[in-house]
Amino acid sequence: MLVAVVLLVPRMPRWDRVKKSFFDVDQMRDSFPRLIDAFWLDVKIFAWTTPAIFVLALLIALARNSRSPALFPLRALAAAYTDVMRGVPVILWIYLVGFGVPGLGLERPYNSPLLWGSVALGMTYSGYVAEVFRAGIDSVHESQRAAARSLGLSSAQTMRFVVLPQAVRRVVPPLLNDLVSLQKDVALVSLIGPIEILRQAGIDKAKFANFTPYVVAALIFLAVTIPLTRLTDYLWQRERRRTSGTRVAA
Amino acid sequence: MKQRSNSVRLIALGAAAVLGLAACGGGDSASDDTVAEEATEEVVEETATGTGNDCTAGKTLAEGKLTIATGNPAYEPWVVGDAPESKEGFEAAVAYGVAEEMGFSDENVVWVRTGFDEAIQPGAKNFDFNLQQFSITEERKANVTFSEPYYSTNQAIVGLADSAAAGATKVSEMRDLKFGAQAGTTSLDFITKVIQPNTEPFVYDDNAAAKAALEAKQVDAIVLDLPTALYVSAVEIEGSKVIGQFPLSDQVGADNFGMVFDLNNPLVECVNEAISRMRDLTYELISIEETWLSGYTGAPVISLD
Repeated sequence: MLVAVVLLVPRMPRWDRVKKSFFDVDQMRDSFPRLIDAFWLDVKIFAWTTPAIFVLALLIALARNSRSPALFPLRALAAAYTDVMRGVPVILWIYLVGFGVPGLGLERPYNSPLLWGSVALGMTYSGYVAEVFRAGIDSVHESQRAAARSLGLSSAQTMRFVVLPQAVRRVVPPLLNDLVSLQKDVALVSLIGPIEILRQAGIDKAKFANFTPYVVAALIFLAVTIPLTRLTDYLWQRERRRTSGTRVAA
Repeated sequence: MKQRSNSVRLIALGAAAVLGLAACGGGDSASDDTVAEEATEEVVEETATGTGNDCTAGKTLAEGKLTIATGNPAYEPWVVGDAPESKEGFEAAVAYGVAEEMGFSDENVVWVRTGFDEAIQPGAKNFDFNLQQFSITEERKANVTFSEPYYSTNQAIVGLADSAAAGATKVSEMRDLKFGAQAGTTSLDFITKVIQPNTEPFVYDDNAAAKAALEAKQVDAIVLDLPTALYVSAVEIEGSKVIGQFPLSDQVGADNFGMVFDLNNPLVECVNEAISRMRDLTYELISIEETWLSGYTGAPVISLD
């Protein structure tokens, strides 16, 4: 298949044009420094939203997993939050929070689109990540709780020392999945003004009537996500080996 | 040779237009009777069917039809009411003018809609040419072919009437302002190269987003080409005004709008001929400009100091 693509595509009649539009080496060289500069903004947004998302998501997941009958309103609220956050397109949240909240009359720098764009991302992604945490918590067998409680641990202690450590380990791959997705959605903040890598690529595309800057942006993204994924895979496998005890070869 | 046949056609076209078709056959005063006779007959045949002239034959997407693309949606004052078929609006009128010059009757003009990206993508195009305020730049010429300019404009700055930008009269007073521009326009380049503000400008996909940013005070002003700026401030962004327009200078060239063609599309020569006739011979271009853009040029001039 790959061989067929490599051999046949360059023989197509308009390959020259496609090559020039998407894989122009001079254009790559020209755009690369600007794109790397702009990518730094993506990294920053990613870096400050991720911890906030994890904390918020964990709180929501815990709220949803609460068991006391008196806490029913909290459970209902948490469920409603995840439903609404996940059900509404990220773009709408970014417009609504990024333009709407500052539009209420905030002054600079508190009306920054970077700030409120990040808040919008945090809101939506905490909805997704909360569900991942909840699945992890539910996957811990009920007997673990029973055992912990019979040892005299309180409900909160059981969650903190028995359930959560197991739950979080189990959901590392889906969490990483959400992080990779977040890393790409960070680009949506550009809709409300800031020039990050995809916007810069769009600007260069329009300036040179050439799509190559997008290809360069994709390569920059891949250069970050692939090592990150491999590293997490490795850490996770190591953890599995360490904790599961046996391993069937093939 | 080509020059000659063009000028003959030109005379014939002019004659046909002025005298009407019937009068054309006999009373032609060109020295070479047979050539003139032939050309005249040709014109009669062409205008009878309205499917293009010698130059366009075999070069259009659909034989005998001229397929023109505009934006989706198309904005005023370039196209009135998003309906180019009505011939209303500057670009709609220019498009029909060019079509007429090339011998296409109105019913043989077909409109399609494209975004900016569809106009510059490398694949086969679904239009003969595309006009939606594309600025002609050297960089873009590597991937698309432009016609000669059909309009030249300058940049202007729009801000809310009560904003920090409102009183600015020269560029040096604008450095501390926060600017916005529309993505993929030459206005963005203008901001970074000429105004050189102290903070990076923000960029928006459309006027709706720019308007929201102005209202949220995330930006103080946006930069647009002058007619668009005047339209946007009058109609689209309530409470805004055109604070000023930037003069042209050695450092600031005019923003020239051209039609976009697939790279090296031979039809561009026919269109260029049509445009230069409309500009230099029939003065139709200037009269279209007066009709549709005369209300869109007045604004105080900002000093480049």
